[in-house]
Amino acid sequence: MAEVEEGCELFSAGHRACGGCGPALAARLLLKATGKNAILVASTGCMEVFSTPYPETAWGVPWIHSLFENAAAVASGIEASLKRQGRSEKVLCVCGDGATFDIGVLCISGAFERGHDITYICYDNEAYMNTGIQRSGATPYGASTTTSPAGKCSPGNVHPKKDMPAILAAHGAPYVATASIAYPNDFIKKVERAINTPGPCYIQVHTPCCTGWGFEAGETLNMGKLAIETGLWVNYELVNGQVEKVKKVRRKPVEEYLAKQKRFRHLFKPARQDDMIASIQAIADANAERFGIDIKAKESSE
Amino acid sequence: MLEFMEGSHAVAEIVKRCRPQVISAYPITPQTHIVEDLAQMVANCEIDAEYITVESEFSALSACLGASAAGSRVYSATTSQGLALMFEVCFNVAGMRQPIVMTIANRSLGAPLSIWNDQQDSISLRDSGWLQFYAEDNQETADLHMIAYKVCEDHDILLPAFVCFDGFILTHTFEPVSLPTQEEVDAYLPAFNPYQRLDAENPLSFGMYATPDYYMEFRYEVDRAMQRAKQAFVKAGREFGEQFGRDYSGLVEGYRLEDADTALVAMGSICGTVKDAVDEMRENGRKVGLLKIRTYRPFPAQEIADALKGVSKVAVLDKNISLGNGGAVGIEVKTALYGSGISVYDYIIALGGRDVRKRDIAAIVDLAEKGKGDMFYGLRTEVL
Repeated sequence: MAEVEEGCELFSAGHRACGGCGPALAARLLLKATGKNAILVASTGCMEVFSTPYPETAWGVPWIHSLFENAAAVASGIEASLKRQGRSEKVLCVCGDGATFDIGVLCISGAFERGHDITYICYDNEAYMNTGIQRSGATPYGASTTTSPAGKCSPGNVHPKKDMPAILAAHGAPYVATASIAYPNDFIKKVERAINTPGPCYIQVHTPCCTGWGFEAGETLNMGKLAIETGLWVNYELVNGQVEKVKKVRRKPVEEYLAKQKRFRHLFKPARQDDMIASIQAIADANAERFGIDIKAKESSE
Repeated sequence: MLEFMEGSHAVAEIVKRCRPQVISAYPITPQTHIVEDLAQMVANCEIDAEYITVESEFSALSACLGASAAGSRVYSATTSQGLALMFEVCFNVAGMRQPIVMTIANRSLGAPLSIWNDQQDSISLRDSGWLQFYAEDNQETADLHMIAYKVCEDHDILLPAFVCFDGFILTHTFEPVSLPTQEEVDAYLPAFNPYQRLDAENPLSFGMYATPDYYMEFRYEVDRAMQRAKQAFVKAGREFGEQFGRDYSGLVEGYRLEDADTALVAMGSICGTVKDAVDEMRENGRKVGLLKIRTYRPFPAQEIADALKGVSKVAVLDKNISLGNGGAVGIEVKTALYGSGISVYDYIIALGGRDVRKRDIAAIVDLAEKGKGDMFYGLRTEVL
C-alpha cells in the first residue's frame, strides 16, 4: 500500500477550486503518485481553470493545456518527443469527463490505438461543471442537469453512463482502472501501476462535485463512499482486458446515495418516482452482477 | 546541382535536411506525396524522427504542439479541409508561441467539394498568428522551408509558419530544383534550441488561462512578434542568398516595375504565368509589371506602397474570396495604398482550379486600364 507522504505537496494550496472540490483532491493525490518526474497534459475544464489563473499556477510539475479535446494528441506528441530525446518523464493526461467521454474521444482513440506510453486520468464528476453543470456522456441515468433538467415531462438524464473503461480496454490498453477519491491509497496505487505499465493506460477516478451535484462541501468523501457502497460506482482493474481486482461491498440501497443529492431530488419530491428509483437500483444490481462486488454471508471485507 | 523532381519530393527532401525530430501528419490530397515520402525516409532510417500517424489533422497539429513544447523541432503538412479542421489548434499554437513549420499544399475549401487549387485555405487563417509565405515555384518552395525554420525559431519571433505552394500546380509538377547538401543546411540552420520546454528539472505551466487583466497583452505580444518577423525574414533571406546564391531578402519582389504604368499583384505559382504575360505585353509596348507578395503574414504594407510608387493602376489577382467583400489580398493592398491616388482593382480568379492563361492576364490588364474591376474574372455565365 502506497503511503501518503506528509510535506510533499506538488499540487499547491491557494488554487481557486470550490471548498470540498473532488477534482482538486484528485489532483493532489495524483501528484503524490507521480512524483516530480512527470509531465501533465490538461484539457480545458474546471481543474485547468482553477489551478492556472495566469500568472499563478498550482502545479509543481511541468504542465500544459492546449484545448478542450486534444489532450491525448498533445500527449502523443510529448511522448514521441521525449522518446526521441531519451528522456524519462512520465506523460499523463488529466481531463474531465466531458473532455474524455464526449469531445475528446477521437484523440483518445487515436492515441490508444497507436500505443503511446501515456497514462490518461479522467476525473469524472459526471457533467460539464466548468460551464454550469450540463449533461455529459458520463452523467448518470436520472440526474438532473442544466441541459437534462427534470421537468413535467422529463425525469432528468435518460441516457445510461457511457462505458469508457470498456471502450479503452477494447483498444488493447494493458491497464484500465476505476478509482475514487474516497479511497485515496487505492487511487495512488493505481496511478503508480499505470505509469509503470508500458503503453496507454486509463484511470477513471470518481470525483464528487458538491456544487454540481448539490451536497454540503464537507460530504465529498462520504458521497464517493456511498457511490461505491450502493454499487453505482465500482472500483475495478482491467489488466489486458480481464477483470483483476474489484472492490467488494455490503451493498446499501441506491436511495441512500440519491436522496443526499440535489441532482436527484426530483426523484423524491414533490412525488416519489418509484419507477425511476427502481431503474437506478437495477443499474446498481447489474453492476454488482457484472463485477461480483457483493460480499456474501460469512465472507469478510476485502 | 539541379535535379529534376516533383515539388512534393523537393519538399520532403528539404524537410529531411532540416532535421525535424517529430513529424505528424494526416493524408489529404494534394499533400499526400510529401508525407508518403517522409514516411519512407523514416522507414529507411534516412531521417532520425518519430513519425506519428494520427487519426486526423486536428490531432496531427495537436501532436506537433506537444512535441514542440517538449523541445523537439517538428513538421507537418496539410491543405484545405485538413487545415480547416486544424483551425482551433492553429490559433493555439501561435498563442503558445511554438515555432512549428507546416507546408500547405494550397487547395480550395468545400462545399462544393474540390481537390483543386486556390488559396482559400491558408488565407482563411490569416488572423491565426501564423507567418504565411507563398512560393512561386518548387525551388522557392524548398528554400522557404529553411528560411521558415530559421525565422520561426528565432527567440525574438517564436511563431509558427505556413509555407504555401499551390496544390497540383506545384505539388505534382516536376521542375529542376537545386537541393543543398545536409552539411550546407546544417551550416544555415542550427540545431533546434527551444526557448522554453516541458521539463521535470524546471517545471513550467504552458497554456494557462488569462483573465481580462492579461489576455490583451498576450495578443499584443504576438502581433509585435509578427511585426518583428519582417526584419527577421529579410535577414534570414539575405543570409540564404549569401550562402546559396538565391536571394529572398524581399517580402515582396518586383518584376519589370521600373517604369510600369499598370502593376499586377499576385501570390504563388501564378506569378510565373504573369511574368510571361508581362514579357509579351512589354514586347507590344505596354508598360506593365508584377509585384509578387512573398509574405502574406506579416503583411508587407509599406513594402507594397514603396514598390508601387509611380504606377497609376493596380490589378490584384486573388485566388480566394472573402465572401461579401471581395478578395482578401485586394482588400489589404487597397488599405496599403490608401491615399496614394493609385487606382486598385481586384479580380477573383482561378477558384477551385480554374485555369488562368497568359491571355487572361492580358485581358485583366485591359480591364484595369479601362477602370473595370472588383469582380470575378473567367466566370462561365452560361452555367449560372
